[in-house]
Amino acid sequence: MSVNTLKIDGQDIAVEEGATILQAAREAKIPIPTLCYLEGVSPAAACRMCLVEVKGSPKLLPACHTAALEGMEVSTNTPKLQSFRRMNMELLFAEGNHVCAVCVANGNCELQDLAIRVGMDHSRFAYRFPDRKVDMSHPQFGIDHNRCILCTRCVRVCDEIEGAHVWDVAQRGEHCFIVSGMNQPWGKVDACTSCGKCVDACPTGAIFRKGSTIGEKERDREKLSFLVTAREKQQWTR
Amino acid sequence: MDISELYRLAERGRSRRKPFRIRCCMAAGCQSSGAIAVKQVLADALSAAGLNDKVELCSVGCLRFCGHGPMIATDPDEALYERVTPENACSILGALNGESSMAPRCDGNQPFFADQLPIVLENSGQIDPSRIEDYIAVGGYESLYQVLYDLTPAETVAAITQSGLRGRGGGGYPTGLKWSTVAKMSGDQKYVICNADEGDPGAFMDRSVLESDPHRVLEGMAISGYAIGASHGFIYVRAEYPLAIQRLQKAIQQAKRYGLLGSQIFDAGFDFKIDIRIGAGAFVCGEETALIHSIEGRRGNPRPRPPYPAESGLWGCPTLINNVETFANITPIIRNGPDWFRNIGTAGSAGTKVFALTGKVQNTGLIEVPMGTTLRRIVEAMGGGVTEGRVKAVQTGGPSGGCIPAQFFDTPVDYESLQKLGTIMGSGGMIVMDDNTSMVEIAQFYMEFCREESCGKCVPCRAGTVQLHELLSKIVNHQATVVDLEHLEALCQMVQEMSLCGLGQSAPNPVLSTLRYFRDEYLARLKPSMLEEVGHHVR
Ligand SMILES: Cc1cc2nc3c(=O)[nH]c(=O)nc-3n(C[C@H](O)[C@H](O)[C@H](O)COP(=O)(O)O)c2cc1C
Ligand code: SF4
Ligand code: SF4
Ligand code: SF4
Repeated sequence: MSVNTLKIDGQDIAVEEGATILQAAREAKIPIPTLCYLEGVSPAAACRMCLVEVKGSPKLLPACHTAALEGMEVSTNTPKLQSFRRMNMELLFAEGNHVCAVCVANGNCELQDLAIRVGMDHSRFAYRFPDRKVDMSHPQFGIDHNRCILCTRCVRVCDEIEGAHVWDVAQRGEHCFIVSGMNQPWGKVDACTSCGKCVDACPTGAIFRKGSTIGEKERDREKLSFLVTAREKQQWTR
Repeated sequence: MDISELYRLAERGRSRRKPFRIRCCMAAGCQSSGAIAVKQVLADALSAAGLNDKVELCSVGCLRFCGHGPMIATDPDEALYERVTPENACSILGALNGESSMAPRCDGNQPFFADQLPIVLENSGQIDPSRIEDYIAVGGYESLYQVLYDLTPAETVAAITQSGLRGRGGGGYPTGLKWSTVAKMSGDQKYVICNADEGDPGAFMDRSVLESDPHRVLEGMAISGYAIGASHGFIYVRAEYPLAIQRLQKAIQQAKRYGLLGSQIFDAGFDFKIDIRIGAGAFVCGEETALIHSIEGRRGNPRPRPPYPAESGLWGCPTLINNVETFANITPIIRNGPDWFRNIGTAGSAGTKVFALTGKVQNTGLIEVPMGTTLRRIVEAMGGGVTEGRVKAVQTGGPSGGCIPAQFFDTPVDYESLQKLGTIMGSGGMIVMDDNTSMVEIAQFYMEFCREESCGKCVPCRAGTVQLHELLSKIVNHQATVVDLEHLEALCQMVQEMSLCGLGQSAPNPVLSTLRYFRDEYLARLKPSMLEEVGHHVR
């Protein structure tokens, strides 16, 4: 096994060959914000929150999808990145209908946490108030598309870990939505094993357990990494 | 098939020619203005007059002057007719005998034609695209033979590198470098893809090449397959191009029948097959990684690069992806040598470029000019200037490009010069605008296009283009404030730098470019109460 050394925010870091910038930064306790990234499933590089500056690269690079190479000099929190990330959060909040006060995930929401972290207290951009649906047809779970940020974690977790591929993305651009089965109500999709992994994966209150009310959503995120580690490394970590 | 047979076919094709030839453009443009009916009238008249052994009536590809169709050309007098109707078509027969014709003559010596340098379009309007024999008669597939027998794959790549050819799909990436990267990748399975998705509004260069001379693209692809070590190619063409698809299908069938595609081509131990894949017409599917996903049968979403397709493309295999026009340049480079090609155009941009000249210009149609031709030459001489008023600007690169105001018309058209002006060569759409055109509305139009065509995968493009379009609409409707303008500019920069693929990264370009040259027009459209603040007075 070979090791690469690189500099992240001025700090020298040694990581295993093949690690991403995000993994290297997390090992060194340097926080890089992420939304669509989920340990255990493939990176989508879609939310763009983890973009970092790398010396010599004219483009910003997604930390979750860029290998940490020998000699790299990475900056994770420049004023430009801060301002871009904030704007990105504004776009997300303006795009959906995020009414935290009545959300199951209030206080336990990655979107909310990140908004606070990047200092987003209002949106410069007009709220779109899109007309989106809620699907409560599943006996145990519900999905409220108003809160969905299209991170595709649910899609990947259900496909890659559970192997059921209940979810996918339908339409394009602003009309995209997370679709169940062949555009059926979730409760009608035979492929769903009701395993609940998508509930655990969802960063917001979009997918939730029925019966939970404001601020009650809980996730067992460790279960996902536990499963992946068990499968890939045959190690049972809990 | 061996070379003597190919020569024999070519010779037979040439000797079959009759003393007179009437070439009717049967590309999509002329067909839509009634070319089929015109040709039928001519065919009936020829039979009635018993002239069929003297006069050959043939269907050819684009004769360039698309705005004046249906177009007809005759040989040997090389006369050109425009706007031919079923009523006046027959008089063209008389003109072959020196009588005067009722069909309007088109001056083939005007700059629109005289300033063209046909390389990609050399056979376009000359041969019948549905007859492989016509292509072979003008030397078709001889370059493929030459490559298979006289050059090693590495020498073939070197020839392309030496020619200085750059990708015509928009980015201008050096083609030789791309080929050599794929050639050097290990692995038995590699693929060639021809990108015929052509989604820019106003662009029809690739469609025209496919409709007019499909074999040239097939031959170029086969040569690339030999060069990089691939035996399978795909042409990804949009469903909106039914005629191009039909001609490609026919061309592939014919080439297979002659053993010019398939296994053991020219008995040289080289196999190459080509399949067509039809896209549903999403602009983003022209982006190479999205296109690859689409061929694989998945949703046409882009993915981050690296890895580039050269390393990991179709089904994870090294894949060469080039544009239609790029492939169309390969055969002449092999035939005439890389130095011949290199000496055409400018130092950094070799060869020619095909443009679809449209908008408020007198002469709309297809032009092929050497790189380095000035915009003035193209717009004023070849295009004949605007239909009314004054020329204001030219838009290149479609929704990913920008505008070039008239004061820069002496700029030579090459990759670097256009980039310096804040636009791109793009795939070849060139839209001329007159002084009645509102640049803010142009920017709004392109942003609406990007908003609709965004795949929705990444946040800055999916949600950013929506907000950019809304802000532009606010400006167009005189409802925006100075602060909105600031937000517009800040968001442009963010969407450019944060988006995942080229669509989002270049979506702000038309806005930034019109802001750069026509900021006044933006300011004049602000909320009336704002105008004073920005030093503008209401008229
Ligand atoms: C949104 C988007 C649309 C594109 N559309 C096309 C297209 O229609 N045709 C094309 O050849 N290249 C298109 N490209 C460029 C391709 O990704 C790719 O660079 C090109 O096919 C490479 O060929 P070349 O090297 O011969 O230019 C597009 C790129 C983007 C980002
Ligand atoms: S509960 Fe499990 S199987 Fe059902 S959609 Fe969620 S992740 Fe897929
Ligand atoms: S439902 Fe949740 S996990 Fe799925 S895309 Fe939406 S926000 Fe992401
Ligand atoms: S930039 Fe736009 S088109 Fe490209 S991946 Fe992102 S959302 Fe899709």
